[in-house]
Amino acid sequence: MKVINLDHISAKPLLPEVKKVMIEAIEKDYHNPSSQHKSGEEAAAVLQKAREAVAQLLNCKTAKEIVFTSGGTESVNHAIKGVAMANEDKGKHIIISNIEHNAVIRSLRRLKSAGFVVTSLAVDASGRVNPQEVADAITKETILVSIMHSNNETGTIQPIEEIGKITRDKKVIFHTDAVDSVGVLPMDVQKLGVDLLSFAANTFYGPSGVGGLYIRRGTRIFPLLDGGVQENNKRAGAENLIGIIGAGKAAELALRDMDQRVAHLQRLNKRLLTELPNTIDEYIINTHPEYSLPNLVSISVQYIEGESVMLMLDDENIAVSTRSACATGSLRASHVLLSLGLSHADAQGTLVISFGIDNTEQDIDTFLAALKKVVTTLRDISPLYQKKASAS
Amino acid sequence: MYSKTVMDHFRNPRNVGVIDDADGVGEVGNPLCGDMMTIYLKIKDEQIEDIKFQTFGCGSAIAVSSMITEIAKGKSLTEAKKITNKDVAVALEGLPKNKLHCSNLGADALQLAIQDYEDRLAGVERPQPIRKEKHEHSHGEKCYCPYCDIEIQSDITFCDACQSSLEEEH
Repeated sequence: MKVINLDHISAKPLLPEVKKVMIEAIEKDYHNPSSQHKSGEEAAAVLQKAREAVAQLLNCKTAKEIVFTSGGTESVNHAIKGVAMANEDKGKHIIISNIEHNAVIRSLRRLKSAGFVVTSLAVDASGRVNPQEVADAITKETILVSIMHSNNETGTIQPIEEIGKITRDKKVIFHTDAVDSVGVLPMDVQKLGVDLLSFAANTFYGPSGVGGLYIRRGTRIFPLLDGGVQENNKRAGAENLIGIIGAGKAAELALRDMDQRVAHLQRLNKRLLTELPNTIDEYIINTHPEYSLPNLVSISVQYIEGESVMLMLDDENIAVSTRSACATGSLRASHVLLSLGLSHADAQGTLVISFGIDNTEQDIDTFLAALKKVVTTLRDISPLYQKKASAS
Repeated sequence: MYSKTVMDHFRNPRNVGVIDDADGVGEVGNPLCGDMMTIYLKIKDEQIEDIKFQTFGCGSAIAVSSMITEIAKGKSLTEAKKITNKDVAVALEGLPKNKLHCSNLGADALQLAIQDYEDRLAGVERPQPIRKEKHEHSHGEKCYCPYCDIEIQSDITFCDACQSSLEEEH
């Protein structure tokens, strides 16, 4: 039974070429890259090759600027806690936005109890941070600005380049959580002007459980994990070499195929947004019309609740994600959606449709037909829809 | 995550709809979680002759609504008044613990509808259906952290186990 995956933000399939190099790596039984004998050096060479592939994807000055981690969450934790610990003699003020991922928010909750002070900037109704507000929020005490590149719930892209100019000018360290952007869009750390950038390999069809942190040379940061001298003394512990080999291959393919992937995703995106008004009525699009990822659309369908929609689409063999409070496990409306000014009821009906290079336009059409059916069924049950109908 | 019975009632909800000339209407809404449920009753000879529901909510909220209508249909008012949210959860072969707070509102809506019927008999006029805004804890009911499912005291504002801020959410 084929399931149409429109939930790529949660998991993307491994590319066949990535699987192949990982299986080969398992069979090869690589030694520890830190060992100085022949077997160790062989392992160190493949590790270096993967590092260089990722460094090229991000346009780093040197591959040494890439530190492999266990994924986006660790990278973000490393960036925030590592900068905070290394720079607390300069100040204890950190600036973020209201729509950051929980990896950022919860890392800072930890730091607040150690005396750090956080300014969290609001986004406008379109979901973007105003760079001028970042400039205004910076004080003598500010040691770090962390603003995400693209939002995992809405796909909206932040003005990182503009913020990068400001932080450069004011000599404040700038981190961007680019977990949902790297490998999807062309990324250039020189152009962005960031000092730290978090990414995850699964975003570009590499394995889950592998990611990395770009650390611009000269950035003051402590390791999150202390121990050995792996990863240029920035992340202790024997490397997840099989995963990293997969990540390196995935990075190489992402760079090679970037243009055609983006074009394909834009076609799917356009199809969805063009046909949506012919499919259902009364919905809100939460994704920015211009500054957004090509592979993600967030819509809030009014008068119905997202988990119900997700479960009914699942019965039609279509996987999507919802940001309804009921389904997230947190039972709380998403802070991102509320930041956009959505009401609790509208936030409840939010679906995140995220497609990948393995989707076709036929998948979008199948989804739209199923969505129409599900929305009709659930609105027939909904007291809110009934009230609205009798009021008009 | 949901039992087979929950999924059956979610996929094929029983007694969906509105009774236009209902004898009693009860509405329950939980503004934090967002679930809303309305129950309509038709009463004949102190018996629930017909019952219908409308629900805005997650899978378990819809299943709970469907199940409460099945349990209550045909019951005398005396019997129906004894139905609790727990009975509904048991009939559904269990609900995820955190959903017990948000979605298990069926018996509350039923009791409000019965109260509405009795109030109307006593001559109480209402412009709007009788409505309860928030889930209140009945005596002896256990409280669980909505984030990590661990049993907690009902008056705390911070879950030690998962470090979530709870404020008014449980």
